[in-house]
Formats: sequence, C-alpha cells, structure tokens
Amino acid sequence: MDRRSVTVDGNEAAAYVAHLTNEVVAIYPITPASPMGELADAWSAAGRENLFGVVPDVIEMQSEAGAAGAVHGALQAGALTTTFTASQGLLLMIPNMFKIAGELIPTVFHIAARSLATHALSIFGDHSDVMACRSTGWAMLASSSVQQAQDMAMIGQMATLESRIPVLHFFDGFRTSHEVNKIEQLSPDDIRSLIDPRLVQAHRDRALSPDRPVLRGSAQNPDVFFQAREACNRFYDAKPGIVQGAMDRFAALTGRSYRLFDYSGAPDAERVIVVMGSGAATVAETVATLNARGEKVGMLEVHLFRPFAVDAFLRALPESTRALAVLDRTKEPGAIGEPLYQDVLTALIESGGIDGAMPRVIGGRYGLSSKEFTPGMVKAIFDELDAEQPKRRFTVGIVDDVTHLSLKYDPDFSTEPDDVTRAVFYGLGSDGTVGANKNSVKIIGENTPLHAQGYFVYDSKKSGAITVSHLRFGPRPINSPYLITRANFVACHQYNFLDRMDVLELAEPGATFLLNCPHGPDEVWERLPVEIQQTILDKQIQLYVVDAFRVAADAGLGQRINTVMQTCFFALADILPRDEAIGHIKDAIEKTYGKRGQVVLDRNNAAVDGSLVALHRVEVPHAVAGDRRRLPVVSGTVPDFVGRVTALMMTGKGDLLPVSALPVDGTFPTDTARYEKRSIAQEIPIWDPDLCIQCGLCSYVCPHATIRMKVFDPAGLNGGAEVLPTRPWKGKEFPGQHMAIQVYPDDCTGCGVCVDVCPAVSKEVSRHKAINMEAKTDEVLLRERARLDVFEHLPDPDRSTIKTETVKGSQVLLPLFEFSGACAGCGETPYLRLMSQLFGDRALIANATGCSSIYGGNLPTTPWSTNADGRGPAWANSLFEDNAEFGLGFRLAVDQLEAYARALLKGLAGSLGDELVHAILDADQRTEDAIREQRSRVSTLMRRLDALDSPDAIALRNVAEVLVRRSVWIVGGDGWAYDIGFGGLDHVMASGRDVNILVLDTEVYSNTGGQASKSTPRGAVAKFAAQGKGIAKKDLGMIAVDYGNVYVAQVAIGANPLQTLKAFHEAESYPGVSLILAYSHCIAHGIQMSTSMSHQKEATASGYWPLFRHDPRLAGAGATPFHLDSRKPTLPFREFAMKEARYAMLARTQPARASELMQLAQRDIDERWHFYEQMAGVERSVPDRVKGVVS
Amino acid sequence: MSVDLRTSYLGMELAHPVVVSACSLAFDPANLKRMEDAGASAIVLPSLFEEQIVHDQMAVHEFYEFTSEKFPEALSVFPEMEDYNTGPEAYLRLVEQAKRSLSVPVIGSLNGTSAGGWTRYAHLIQDAGADALELNIYHLVTDPLIDARAAEARYLELVAEVRKAVSIPLAVKLGPFFSALPHMATRLVDAGADGLVLFNRFYQPDIDLQTLRVVSRLVLSTSDEVRLPMRWIAILSGRVKASLAATTGVHTPEDVLKLLLAGADVTMVASALYSHGIDHLRVLVEGVRAWLEEHEYTSVAQMKGSVSQANAPDPEAFERANYIRTLVDFTGSESTR
Repeated sequence: MDRRSVTVDGNEAAAYVAHLTNEVVAIYPITPASPMGELADAWSAAGRENLFGVVPDVIEMQSEAGAAGAVHGALQAGALTTTFTASQGLLLMIPNMFKIAGELIPTVFHIAARSLATHALSIFGDHSDVMACRSTGWAMLASSSVQQAQDMAMIGQMATLESRIPVLHFFDGFRTSHEVNKIEQLSPDDIRSLIDPRLVQAHRDRALSPDRPVLRGSAQNPDVFFQAREACNRFYDAKPGIVQGAMDRFAALTGRSYRLFDYSGAPDAERVIVVMGSGAATVAETVATLNARGEKVGMLEVHLFRPFAVDAFLRALPESTRALAVLDRTKEPGAIGEPLYQDVLTALIESGGIDGAMPRVIGGRYGLSSKEFTPGMVKAIFDELDAEQPKRRFTVGIVDDVTHLSLKYDPDFSTEPDDVTRAVFYGLGSDGTVGANKNSVKIIGENTPLHAQGYFVYDSKKSGAITVSHLRFGPRPINSPYLITRANFVACHQYNFLDRMDVLELAEPGATFLLNCPHGPDEVWERLPVEIQQTILDKQIQLYVVDAFRVAADAGLGQRINTVMQTCFFALADILPRDEAIGHIKDAIEKTYGKRGQVVLDRNNAAVDGSLVALHRVEVPHAVAGDRRRLPVVSGTVPDFVGRVTALMMTGKGDLLPVSALPVDGTFPTDTARYEKRSIAQEIPIWDPDLCIQCGLCSYVCPHATIRMKVFDPAGLNGGAEVLPTRPWKGKEFPGQHMAIQVYPDDCTGCGVCVDVCPAVSKEVSRHKAINMEAKTDEVLLRERARLDVFEHLPDPDRSTIKTETVKGSQVLLPLFEFSGACAGCGETPYLRLMSQLFGDRALIANATGCSSIYGGNLPTTPWSTNADGRGPAWANSLFEDNAEFGLGFRLAVDQLEAYARALLKGLAGSLGDELVHAILDADQRTEDAIREQRSRVSTLMRRLDALDSPDAIALRNVAEVLVRRSVWIVGGDGWAYDIGFGGLDHVMASGRDVNILVLDTEVYSNTGGQASKSTPRGAVAKFAAQGKGIAKKDLGMIAVDYGNVYVAQVAIGANPLQTLKAFHEAESYPGVSLILAYSHCIAHGIQMSTSMSHQKEATASGYWPLFRHDPRLAGAGATPFHLDSRKPTLPFREFAMKEARYAMLARTQPARASELMQLAQRDIDERWHFYEQMAGVERSVPDRVKGVVS
Repeated sequence: MSVDLRTSYLGMELAHPVVVSACSLAFDPANLKRMEDAGASAIVLPSLFEEQIVHDQMAVHEFYEFTSEKFPEALSVFPEMEDYNTGPEAYLRLVEQAKRSLSVPVIGSLNGTSAGGWTRYAHLIQDAGADALELNIYHLVTDPLIDARAAEARYLELVAEVRKAVSIPLAVKLGPFFSALPHMATRLVDAGADGLVLFNRFYQPDIDLQTLRVVSRLVLSTSDEVRLPMRWIAILSGRVKASLAATTGVHTPEDVLKLLLAGADVTMVASALYSHGIDHLRVLVEGVRAWLEEHEYTSVAQMKGSVSQANAPDPEAFERANYIRTLVDFTGSESTR
C-alpha cells in the first residue's frame, strides 16, 4: 500500500495515533509535551474524528494530577483515554498510574521524556522522569526517532488493549519530540486494521455501569492485600509476548519490523552497547561506520524496558558478545548503577551469562538534559570496552574532573556521509528563521524523494533570542539525532551576530556562507570582523551576501526576512533545480499563509522574486582587511565566577565547562545579568532634561530596569558634569541635589513603553516628549555608554531619606531586579522591579515555575541583583504546584530563627546591654527609617557579640541577621495561582502568616505557549479555548477577601501607578497574608506592546480590571475594609477588547459567537462592578486578623 | 392624479430619487431590509476598503509571526484559526445577501489603494451580483512635487482600468476640491464613468486638546451642507453626459427637492438615517411627493434640472461667491445715498 510521506515532529507523530485511537484526552501543558495536547485540541476543534467516528473530547485540567484523575475516571467509565506529559507532570500522575496499573486498565500515555528538576529545572530531554515511574506497574515502551514515535504509539495501543497493562510510551524530549523528519504516516485504515474491536469492546465491558454494578478501589486488610497484589502476575508474564505480537502484526502491514530488543551491527560482535531512546540511532550509525572499518561491534536498542523480557534480551545479543556497555540517560545518585544497567546485569546473572559466559558489563550516563550524544562519544565507549581496565561506571559527553568518571572522546570523529547536505542557520527568534527552516524541511521532505531532518536550538531569552537551526537533506532516511558539527552550508540571518559569535565555527572547508548584510558584495569584506575574514580564508569558504531587510521591506514585510533567506538558501544549496525550488517555496507560502489572505501571499511571493536579484557572490580577497574585531563577551573587571563560568555559558560554550566549575548544590551568585550586554535594541529612549517634569513614570513602567532615575549631589559629578545631563531635583526632600534619567543602552530592549507613558510634551513639537526613542547609531551608543558610566559611579541616596510612598520617590530606589530575559514590553517585570526597589534588600522570594522563573532564574545570568552593601533578594524556585507552600516555609523558618534569636538576645541582655537588647526586641520596623535603625542596632549587636565567646553568643551571632525584618514574597503567574497551585495558595491564605503573594496575572499560561487558565476571561481566545472561553474568569481576589483577614489588592501599574505603589506598601506592612493580583499584559494578548501601559488604563476604565484594596486593618465596628480604587466603568468592554487579538480574532472568525460572548462578558463586568460597589459599603469586622498579631 | 416619482440613475430605473448612501448601517443585513421597507429606491453598500484588507491581513500575519518559534517552551502563543476572514469575502457575502434579499438595485462601493486592487475587487463585486459600482476615490496629495495634472491623471487611469474590468454601470464619487471640476467631470465620463456622485464627505481629522493627539471622529452632516453639491450639480447638469447623484447634507424633503431642481438624478442620504432612523426614508419620499403634488408637478422628470445653471433665471448666481453679492448689495445701497 502506498502511504503518505509526511514531515512532522515526534510530538505530532505520536499525537496523530493517539487522537485517532482515543475518545477522551485530558491534559495539562508542560514542555516539551505541550504540542501533543495542543494538536489534539486543534484537531478536535476542527472536527477531526477518531476511528470510531466521534470527535475526541479534549479537556485541559488544572494540573497533571488532575489530568491523571480525569483519565483514570474516563477509563473506569469505559472511554479509551490518553494523556501527554513529561517531567514534573509525569511525577504528578504517578499516584493515579499505580491505580490504573493495579486495576489493569488499558491506556497509553505519551511522554516527551524530560529531565526532572533536581539541583535545577531543565526543560530538556532525558529519561529521569520515565525512570521515576518504573515501580508503577506500567509497561515502558521507548521510541528512538520521529518514525518510531508514531509506530510505537500504535504498537503500544495494540498491546495495551490486548494485555490490559497500561503503556508508558516515551521518546526523547526535544531531540525526538521537536525534531522534524520525513516519516511514512499510517493511514486511518491502517490504524483501524490494527485495532481489534473485540478488545475495545472488552474494555467497555469492564467499565463501571449501574446495569452491572461492581466496586473498585476497595480498602484491603493484611489478610488479602498481598495475594491480591500478586494476582496480576500472569498479565505481566504475557505482556512481552503480546507486545512482540503487536510488533509482528505491525511489521506485516507496514514492513517496518521491530523487536522488543532490536540488535544491529556485526553478527559476530564482541562489544555491544545497550541503549534506548534517540541515542540508539547515534550508536547504530557509529556501529555501521566502525564495522565498515573492520571492527566487530553492535548495538542493542531496548524498546520494551518494562516488563523486562530476559529471554528476548538474551536472544537478541550475539553469542560472540564479550563486553557490554549499558547506557542510561538518567542519574540515580547512590544507586549501584542506573536502571537499565541494573536490569541488564540482573538478566545476565539470572541467566548465567551469554552462552554460559559472563560478559564484562559497564554502565554509563550520557545525554542528561539534552546534552549532545555524538558518534565520537559512542566510539569512546566502544574503545573503553576494549580497555584493559574499563571504568565500571562512566559518564560521557562532559569533562568530570572531580570524580573522573568521564570518558575522553574525539569531537572530530564523524560518521556523516558525504552525500548529505548539512546546513546551519543563525537567526533571531523574531525574524522567522526557524519557521522558514521548518518549511524548507517540509518542502524537501514532502515534494522530493529526498529525506530531510530539522532540529532547532533556542536560547533561553524571551526577547532578542538567538536560534540555531540544524538541517540535513539526503538520499536516505536521516537518523542522526545530534547537532551538525561539519556544515557545508552556513547562513547568518543577522549581521550583528558576527560581532558576538563565531558563526563559522561549524563550517567545514569549502562550505558556502550566506550572510544577510546591508553592504554590497564589493564593500562587505573589510566590514566583516577580521576573525570571520580569517576563517573564510582559512577554510576557503564561498561568501554570498543579500540585503534581506531591504528585500523584505520593499515587499512590505517589514523586518520578516524568513522568505528572503529561505529563497537564497535554495538558490545556493543546489538541492533542487532553482525554478523547481522557487515553485515549491511559493506553494509552501500558499499552504502556510493562505488563510491569512492574498496580501500576505503577494508580499511573500514578491520577497521570493526580489531575493534572487539581491543575492550576490562576494569575490573574496586574498588577505584580511579592516580593523573590525569581534567584541569580548565580558569586559572590565568581573567577579571570578562570572569570568570563569558565566562568560563561557554566555558565548554558547557552556558544554566545555568541567564538573568542578559548577556548584555542587545548584547555588548560584545573583547579580550577573549586568555582565550580559546583549545590545538587542535598534532604538533606545533618550532623555530630554529640558522637558522632564521628574515624575518617574518612565522608570516606573520599565520592564527591564533600563531607564533609571538617580538623585545626587552635583559636586560628586566631578568631570562628569559635561558628559551627563542633569537638572536640579524638584522637591523639598533633596535640597541642592540634582537628578538625571539615564538609559542602559546595551541592556534596553527598545520596547518604547517609557516613551508612551511620558506625560511631558514639547510645546513646539507635540510628538517630542521628555523621553524619545532614537536610532541606536554608533554615535548614540557611545554617547550613552559614556553617560551611563558617569551615572553608575554616582552613589545612591540614603534609602531612609527617600519618599518611597510617591511614584517619583520609589524610582530613586535602586532596582534589585534588572536586565532580565523577559519579552520586550513585558507586563510582569515592572511589578517585580518595583518590589525589588521597595523591599529587595531584605526579601526572600519563592517563585513558582513559569515565565517569572525562567526570566528570573534561567542561566547563564540572573537578573536578581544586589546593592552596594551586597544585599538583595534571595530567590528560589521549588516547583510549579507548591510555590505558596514553599514560600510559607520561608516564613516558618524566618519566624523560628527570629524567635530563637530573640530568646538568645533576652538571655544575653546582661552581657550585651539592656538598652540595646530592648531596642532591638521592641523595634517597630514598618518604615525604611526604622529598618535602617534596626540594621544599625544589629551591627552594634554583632560587634558586641564578637567580644563574647559563650555558646549562646556564638549561636546568636549566627542568626542575628533575622532580627532585621524579612520580607517574604511568593511570586507566580495565574497558571500557578488559579490552577495548579490553588489548593496550596488557599491553604496559605488561611494560615494568617506574614507572607506577600504576588500573582502576575497574564490570564493565560504564558510560558508554555498561551493555554487557557481559570484566569482567562470569557470571550478570550487561547489554546484549549479556540472558540473563545465560554465561562467567566475566576474571581480570585474575592475568594481571598472572603477570608476576611487577608489583605487583598487588585492593581494595574499602567492604569493607576500610585494605587499599585500603595498596595505594595500596605501588603508588605500587613503582618498577615497579603495577596496582590497584578494585571500583566502579555504578548499572548495580541496587543501593541509599546502602548501596553496606556492600554491598561482602558482595562480599568472599561471595568474589565477594576482596582481595589481590602485591608483587614481597616475592619472594625462600622468600618468598611474593602475600597474600590477605580471609577465606575465608562468605556464599553468591546472598545477595550477589540484592541486585543485574543478578542478581536474571534469577532473576525466567529462573529456570532463573539457577539454572544461579548455581551455575556459585558454582563460579567456590570455584575461584578455592582457586586464590588456593594462590597465597598459592607461593614466588616475581623476578629482574628492575623495569627496572634493585631496591629 | 398621482405624481410619477420615477427617475433614472446609471441606466437603472428607480421608483423615486431617494437612495441610501454608502454608510455603515448597511453592514447589518437586517438594516438593509429595513431600508428597502422604508422605501429606499436603491442602496449603495458601504465601501470595501482595500487598505483595511491589507491592514487586517498583515496584522494577522505579523501577530502570528511575531509570536512564533521564538522560545523553546512556547513555539506559538495563540491557536491557529480555521479562517481569519481578512479578505473581501465578508463584503462579497454582504453584496450577495443584499441581492438575494432586496428587490431594489444594490450598488457596490469600493475604495482601493493599488491598481491591481481596484480592478480585482471591482470584478469581485460585480461577480457577487452588484447592479452597479461606485468608486469611492480618495487621494489626498500631500507631496508638493505632485502637480494637479498628475493627481488628476491618477483618477482618470483608475476609472479607465476599472471600466475595462467590469461591465456593470460605474459611478465615481468625487471630492469637491478640483480646480476645474466641470473639465474633470467631463474627462471622468470620457474615461468610462456612467455617473458622478457629488460629493465624497471626507472624515476630517481633529485635535484632542487633552492629549494633543490627532483624532478622527464621525460628525454627521447638516442640511446647510447640501448647498455645495447643489451648486455643482446645477453647473454640471446638462453639461456632462452622465447620471448625477447628490450626497452630503440631504436631511429633509426640501433638500431632496432642491437637488432635483438643480439637476440631480438621485439624492443620497446617510447622516439623516443616523439622526432620525431608517424610517426617515419614508418621510423624505412622502415629503417630495407631497410637495410635487402641492405644486402640481406631474413627475420628477418634469422638475429635474429646472433650476440648473442652464435653466435658472439667474445663471450667474451659481457662480458668484456669496460675499461678493453681499458686498455689491451693500455698496449699491451706499451709492444711492
């Protein structure tokens, strides 16, 4: 049968089978499995039916634990049900997985296997998550390629129905889940023919039904539990045979043959590697090369890891095997060895070895968190097996200079055939490079007999992110699951990358280099950094240039150069005849963009035509010219750790860092983002001091703390007065002082929000403000760097002298959150920056996983910073689901330590002086001034303690710092607060303890790609709400208000800056639980980010986001603690909503439903306002405001 | 004896000369029916704006492109929709629906920005069933290097191109700001226009004193404004071989009557419908009928153009500017002292 060749990624390959073979899909988004759920949802939304002629019901739950519960229930009630997940999500499913297996319910879970968070979170791939499920009783089936992700999904489904044992089908996160490859797709008829309807019926027959009632989930006593647990053994005994039977039937239909353990290599191999997952493909490729060179090696790929079929394992190994290396993509500290190694050893021992002889067996770890696993590493493992004294435990792919477990390998060893085109593309996340390359892979994969593979590496920034695309094209299936190291084509889509990185590092001699460049072929050479010129000469690289920005702009595509660069690639790569390639590109444009409209097609097609005209070959001279040099990664004096470790990560060479360079426990220094000068803005804001009214708003709204205001003694300027413009401070608190507002030109993202909010307008030219965006020319950049140098050397004023209750005053405080990797114009980060300014020098922050934990804690650098005294926020991320509890733990510890310190202090009063001791114990620390005084007292205390050597004095010295009031902040997004973490949040709200909860509410799961949360409002389109969310947003604020003793504020920094500031002060000073719900616009809203803060005014004016504060301190007889801070809505909701794509898109695509939802949403607003107005008049007294404290 | 209110516009026979001008009320199909029920003799649909289509399509494109493939955890942030409805389809469906549900002629209206756009969309509107097409041309020349000849040539080329692309009657809606309007009108007719619509009432920008920003806002016309089209229709009546439609300031039966007397074949009404409701059409038609009956006219045809410049007792009155007349009168009375 002719089957369709499709070019898809592993997620799509698996989800395709899952959607066709299931009736219920309950999911929760988690990287890298989210696309499987999203695809299933999109297919169901489009009405795609499963094999049974019904559209599967796809439901997003509040957590993976919830998804697993829903899956369990749906299975019990008779529906074929599945889910997709990874990592922490899989851990949350484990309790239900035990139940599902214990009840012998057939299902397949598809897992994009990902690292578990240990010393750090990682979104990348390894097997630590699936290996944590070994004891659940699930069968574990591994895929090693995109093709297999589809095939094993099918085989797993067949086998689970027959065996009743649930199957955990897994493939490597990112490496397989996100690799795009050409596969042969099963047709629905294929799938139908492989599913036995009698087995489906048997599943339904076992379902709970009142027509034949049974009971499951009983509680059993010691008399029978054990026996009952053993009753399932026969099913496990039968499972391997059933899986092999399914594989055989699958092979009979498709010709693709699989075994439980697939051996490849020399039939008389002596050395064999045992491996599962994508690494198997690398081993297989290396084995073929080594055998062709006369070696005798082999590879055993494990498909069915559990139940481990000992017989099948032994049968698969050549009798000649004398040494085995077993590879695990996971780490179990303290174990004798990792799981596969242990199972292999047990199998061999139990069987008395191979043909009676026990081979040498060594075990190694590789590829944790998507660490590269290359043919060179495979060869090193085979070499190790040949060594006289091989390492019994080893690692490969890193340099372990501490425990010396790592194998040395030859990075230049290659198995890549000559007839494969290997192309590497450097681009920006925002320029469409990845999208175009995925398109190119599809073009070749689906229109030619050639095979194609695409893999994409992204950096961890959300603004100015760099992407590197690795594409292979060749005549045979491409199963090389590792990055390209010898590219015969390199494209650099951004000219300024040349200053920052060696884009020709991967180019092989004679490679073609395509550069997007504003300079023509005759003038470009001496404008290239000399390092690049030298590489071009050394490697005899052919250089081509195209001014892609000009071509794109001429075609009306702005900065989107994807089509231009794609066309040039096809023109140069010589994979297809040029005219044919152009035809395919235009077809792909039609396919990809057709729905968006004819104008989009016309402009992209015009860009294609314009590209070839603008593409030029450069006649490379024989010598280097000019004096442009690549910029140093960091300049000036940097801390040792930054110089040794961080700098290497920043240049993309973190792989080279040895084990000794890294902290043993995941503890990293803060205050390092300042060394990562990415200089990504094309325009930056420049201050016009003559117009400035010193309101501080520009700094107040800045998402990246790159516009700052400072007040200082002008005498301190010294020679800087001519460099840095300043003006006298307008205000009584700093007589004789000057102020300046300064941009950080290399840190600014150019979002323009500061300019939008600036209220000071020129009388002569109305578009000119006190701050204006200007092109970042070399001249502007150098000037601003010089100004910044002066600005930074000016001392910060004494915090206790600043009126922090004013917006202006708050902006004189030093931000202790700066230059994060958040999106340009981010709506969350201004709140964090403000919090850091007000309380950062004594803050402990518990941060839920999400956007804020990524831009706040994703290496290489950290935006949380320190002041001149070295104080600043101490930050930690535990999990997504437990952040409220995690932060409460901070408070519990601080309170305990403080109680201990106070007890010691009292006991030592005689030695330390009663006056000091009582002053410390009785200190009211509600103001900056009072905190400064307490800091001074504690310093005195420390000095006096130094003179004492009693155990109590030593103990007190160790904990005395907590006598300065700590500010505990619990930070996260709406996905955490409204959904996955709500149970914990609720419990913490009920605790009465002094914690501050800041919810950065973007009304959608921003970090994982815009899935709906319970905060998503009615009528908004989001993933899993593609028809517009039908139900109203949960009112978390009023749930909290209901407690009575919780301080609650709903704020929008752009709508009412002062109310936000008040709320932060009140929340922090309230000695109980405080909750701030902070409106945070997001790119997922589809708004103009530069005017996002003005847009927030409309959010409030329409009543969409009313502002309020509920302060239990104001409760009492006749008192009304709930205060509405915004005015009665004056703007129809529709007028606000239609400025956001999330609402406007529905009005365009489904006008009738949009209109209905809009009306309901308006009624939601009206009703809520009516309710809040009444609340504002409600008298309330709170008997026990906080635990033991009534202020 | 009843008065014959029939008139002819763009070769179509209409029951009377009160036509609905292009306005957003007609986006709602229910309103279209109400307009017919209230007595509209023809309906000009709101304009299809090519600029809007371009903007919408590129906005959708840029939104998806801007948010895609940037970050490993979020390869996209928004679900792909089945259809974005950014093209002319919604408008064409409106034309089709209007044709299906109405018995009066339906006139499409088009505002293009590119040569290809004008002809492509004109063709599509014709195919959707429009009985005629009104070209809503709006070129604001801001470049000092472009002279009047070049600006006018652009109008003429465009009309000629569209004329070639469609076979249905073609009207051109003009602004009043031509140095030599009768000459321009003649050349437009030569280029293929079957009718002229006087005048396009452009949105005029305003300045918000609060924000110092330029804002656009809809200001409805008043009856006073009817005199501008009336003057030019009176001047053109009988001089150009094309239908003449008057629009801007038509609020009362008296406004309609004056325009007919000046030579209009039809009068078009929009602002009055916003102010008084769609049923106001009935007031206009019945008011015209009553006046004609009262003044013993037998038909609209009889009175049409009877006070045009050519037929008026004082043709020069249409040429003089008012302040001259005032000044002369004043001087005259001075001289008699």
